[in-house]
Amino acid sequence: MTGKNEPNDMKRREFIGRTVLAAGAASVAPGILLTVANAKSEGEGASSDIRWGMLIDSNKCVDNCTACVDACERENGINLLQRPEGQGDEMWNAQRPQWIRKVKLRDRQTDEVTNLPMMCQHCEFPPCVDVCPTGASFKRADGIVMVDRHICIGCRYCMMACPYKARSFIHKNVEKQTVRSPRGKGCVESCNLCVHRIDAGATTTACQDACEKDGHKAILFGDLKDPESQLSKALKEKSSRQIRADLELNTGVRYTSL
Amino acid sequence: MHSSTGILRTLGLILAGSIALLSSPVHSGTAVTPGSRAAGMESCVAPTAEIRRNHMDYLKHDRNRVVHEGVRDVKHSLAGCVECHAEKDGNGGYHPINADGQFCSGCHEHLAVNLTCFQCHSKEPDRKHSDAASLSGIRNAGQRGRLGLLIKLNEAPALSSEEMAQLHALSREE
Ligand code: SF4
Ligand code: SF4
Repeated sequence: MTGKNEPNDMKRREFIGRTVLAAGAASVAPGILLTVANAKSEGEGASSDIRWGMLIDSNKCVDNCTACVDACERENGINLLQRPEGQGDEMWNAQRPQWIRKVKLRDRQTDEVTNLPMMCQHCEFPPCVDVCPTGASFKRADGIVMVDRHICIGCRYCMMACPYKARSFIHKNVEKQTVRSPRGKGCVESCNLCVHRIDAGATTTACQDACEKDGHKAILFGDLKDPESQLSKALKEKSSRQIRADLELNTGVRYTSL
Repeated sequence: MHSSTGILRTLGLILAGSIALLSSPVHSGTAVTPGSRAAGMESCVAPTAEIRRNHMDYLKHDRNRVVHEGVRDVKHSLAGCVECHAEKDGNGGYHPINADGQFCSGCHEHLAVNLTCFQCHSKEPDRKHSDAASLSGIRNAGQRGRLGLLIKLNEAPALSSEEMAQLHALSREE
């Protein structure tokens, strides 16, 4: 499949989205209040009726703010990692996992500065999955691209293949993890759109929450396949871009004011 | 004469057997550590003998469903093992479950089977976490009430295996 199929694909999605919506409305008995948070039950698993994505407004992303990065580190236990003894700043900063980072662009002619948070773009056609020799790098039914670290052999092909530098490798033994974010030496990892939260019925990611709490509201997470989602509506209204759209990966993370 | 030596021999065997049983925590009726949540429970998510023999296969099967399919309310999860079997350390924390004499390492050392799960997985249940608070809020709204009805204050928990499974599913995400 290439990007040329996209118009058709979008129509199909819209159609599926509507049917699901209709089916959902019909199955709710009168008088029973269903909150959005409880709409997905844990037993259902990831569904291809959904494709999780994001819209990031780089205009709203503030210079020198690191709220999203810090929140991601707390949410995913990255803050628990200890610097190996004797390791210098440069090596530590180069090697510690980074699921989301701030990229600063400067227009050479006008000196205009643009900030954008970068993370795994959750490609529809992910090169990291294509190159993985074990099937560890995979895409869930709902579009989340992640690593099954039980079968990752640490070859790092995926890190080479990813055009967005989204993946990190764990170089040293890890002493402490949180229950929801296992992590160990020899495996690759990257942003998984806070999959543990999403599976528990949450409708926001940690970075979105943090950005919103600080009043910037630059990050919007949601279902690309649901035409009624805030995300789909925002995408319809504003012109948005995929980074390196020329690669035709159909990324799930889009940027506006870029 | 013959029969009496036979009886003696049998008695001797039984005696030796029971001494062996008592001296090794792995062979005694339970390997559960006293200060763990599991100590107050009727049984694991399946009968003990079954879990002892098959837990690795059960865990592997369910981990694939969790990781690849996103089905989170599975019956068998490593986080569930740790949640129930970690022994409290008396300071509001837990002993790492793979530490000497703790639940997982006890058996694994005895049987000389490498215990590599905890190179990546947390060795203790999560303590309360600020970012997780909002998440458990979501869960509480829907399901927490049910669990509250299962155990009354000051009453020893006696749960059916079905209730145990439910408890595992809930407590995992706490
Ligand atoms: S951004 Fe990189 S890691 Fe994420 S799906 Fe695309 S290729 Fe894979
Ligand atoms: S490092 Fe792991 S996930 Fe990446 S390509 Fe190799 S086996 Fe696959």
